[in-house]
Amino acid sequence: MNDLSPLLSVDDLRVWFDIKRQGAMPWTPTDTLKAVDGVSFDLMPGETLGIVGESGCGKSTLARAVMRMVPAETGTALWLGEDLLSMSKREMRGHRKEMQMIFQDPLASLDPRMTIGQIVAEPLKTHFPDLSAKEVKNRVREVLDRVGILPNMVNRYPHEFSGGQCQRIGIARALIVKPKLIICDEPVSALDVSIQAQVINLLMEIQQEMGLSLIFIAHDLSVVKHISNRVMVLYLGNVVEISDSVQLYKSPGHPYTEALISAVPIPDPKAEKGKEVMLLDRDLPSPLDPPSGCVFRTRCPIAEARCAESKPPLKDQGNGQAVACHLR
Amino acid sequence: MTDKLVQPFSQKRTAELAESLSAGGTIKGRSLWADARNRFVANKAAMASVVVLLLVFAFSLLGDYLTQFDNETIDWDVMGSVKELGRPSLSNGHWFGFDESGRDLYSRVVQGSRISLSVGLVGAFIAVMVGTLYGSVAGFVGGRVDSIMMRLVDIFMSIPYMFVLILLLVVFGRSISMLFVGIGLTAWLDMSRIVRGQTLSLKNREYVEAAVAMGVSTPKIITRHIVPNLLGVVVVYATLLVPQMILTESFISFLGLGVQEPDTSWGALISEGVKSMNYGTLWHLAFPLFFFVITIFCFFFIGDGLRDALDPKDR
Repeated sequence: MNDLSPLLSVDDLRVWFDIKRQGAMPWTPTDTLKAVDGVSFDLMPGETLGIVGESGCGKSTLARAVMRMVPAETGTALWLGEDLLSMSKREMRGHRKEMQMIFQDPLASLDPRMTIGQIVAEPLKTHFPDLSAKEVKNRVREVLDRVGILPNMVNRYPHEFSGGQCQRIGIARALIVKPKLIICDEPVSALDVSIQAQVINLLMEIQQEMGLSLIFIAHDLSVVKHISNRVMVLYLGNVVEISDSVQLYKSPGHPYTEALISAVPIPDPKAEKGKEVMLLDRDLPSPLDPPSGCVFRTRCPIAEARCAESKPPLKDQGNGQAVACHLR
Repeated sequence: MTDKLVQPFSQKRTAELAESLSAGGTIKGRSLWADARNRFVANKAAMASVVVLLLVFAFSLLGDYLTQFDNETIDWDVMGSVKELGRPSLSNGHWFGFDESGRDLYSRVVQGSRISLSVGLVGAFIAVMVGTLYGSVAGFVGGRVDSIMMRLVDIFMSIPYMFVLILLLVVFGRSISMLFVGIGLTAWLDMSRIVRGQTLSLKNREYVEAAVAMGVSTPKIITRHIVPNLLGVVVVYATLLVPQMILTESFISFLGLGVQEPDTSWGALISEGVKSMNYGTLWHLAFPLFFFVITIFCFFFIGDGLRDALDPKDR
């Protein structure tokens, strides 16, 4: 797979938000929140990249910046060699059919005033306005059938479906334009565990069939392990580790990854009892005022003096693992 | 007995359901609008108001056909002694009596209703159209555009609208069309603020984000996703705006600046009724006031019913 050129190649992406202090005057300088601070990664065709990290670490912002839904400060995102971040809005619109998105809250991501037939047809009508009504209808039925929704439900409204069904409809909407990449922003966090498995298996089947790439954002590590080829761990907007998923779970490279993995519950009470969870000291630092040097050093069990001085670069450890730590 | 309880559907209904579930047919969904309609129909006060309001509309449109008198002819015999000769009477066909100048009051009220209702409806329509578009664009585009558009609204709002309206009528002459323009010009300001607020909350919903991500253009997002989801609030506000328009027009006419003779409106008729109250001709006030009050009540009840129906969580 390595001889292929990447589908998406993100380099040094930074997304900063200006935050006004409370009661500030219009002329006082604003604080800067570095939501994503220099993230780089490659995504191969047909590959699934999992992105994990705790709340507020910039997972969703990263995805939204690639989709141009929030403006990026600096950096490039090469889509088959073309930079998505510097192209005009019109050019970008042409590329949007190649990348689709699935959202966290299945019901909220469907317009309550439209029938699911209209919802699923919307991307098709947007990108292929010349299609005949009959063709659109056939495609909608086909894709609904594929995700396991009875096609005779097209005239129903989103509120008449369960969460899992709504997420399937969301997937159908993403699939109908035959994209190359689907960004899944916590697609199963709002679902029951049994439904999660169905939705994830559906995604994996479809990925196999259509040769899709997936960017799979989640905070549930066991879900990510199941679906991903590679996993990227974010902390305060920085990549702390990118690694082959088997390797990551077998021997986590970064102390933060170690802590995350030790906290995954084991579905066996006996094993769970004897398990040692690596608890981190202190709270997550404010992203408005991140620590100097290595952002993780304030909570790191093995931090040294030099960690405060410079930011550790992402070092390739061989065996498909890259870790950003001075000590590893 | 028990057998009957176990079977909630008749065989025919079951067969229909089975047929619609089979691959050929499609199942009809129930939209949020249909849900709201059911709730509205179940609201007795609102439905009664709809009926009464329809009667008032029918009265204003068809009332002329029910009487042999028109609203211009002056009965010179009655004119000087309206109190004695001009009482409402079923026997001579002047059901509402005569007005101060000896004209048939029934025809005058029909004429007044027509003008008052059209001022209310047209004024509210202008306000809703302009306000909805203005507010949704400001809210959705956001940033500097939003600031400029809303500050403009603030500036317009800071000018007392009654003053502007009176000035307009004095400078450009007192005519009904000027009244329409004047009322329409000021009434959309509130509407645009309400719509903008709603748009801001809709803008961050995931389905709007999904539309952005899939590449739908901004005008399409506004018309396809934002406006239909705003419509509930807009409809409720519009029904409450109609009586407000009627009240404004009546007030202006009451001051003598609005509708001019020989045209009339509820406000103008009430104003005349108040002037002649001292002479003992109370029916001059009573009839137009009756229509005015029931219409405004009806609109308020309907607005209330619509709000309950469209947003059951707020009840």
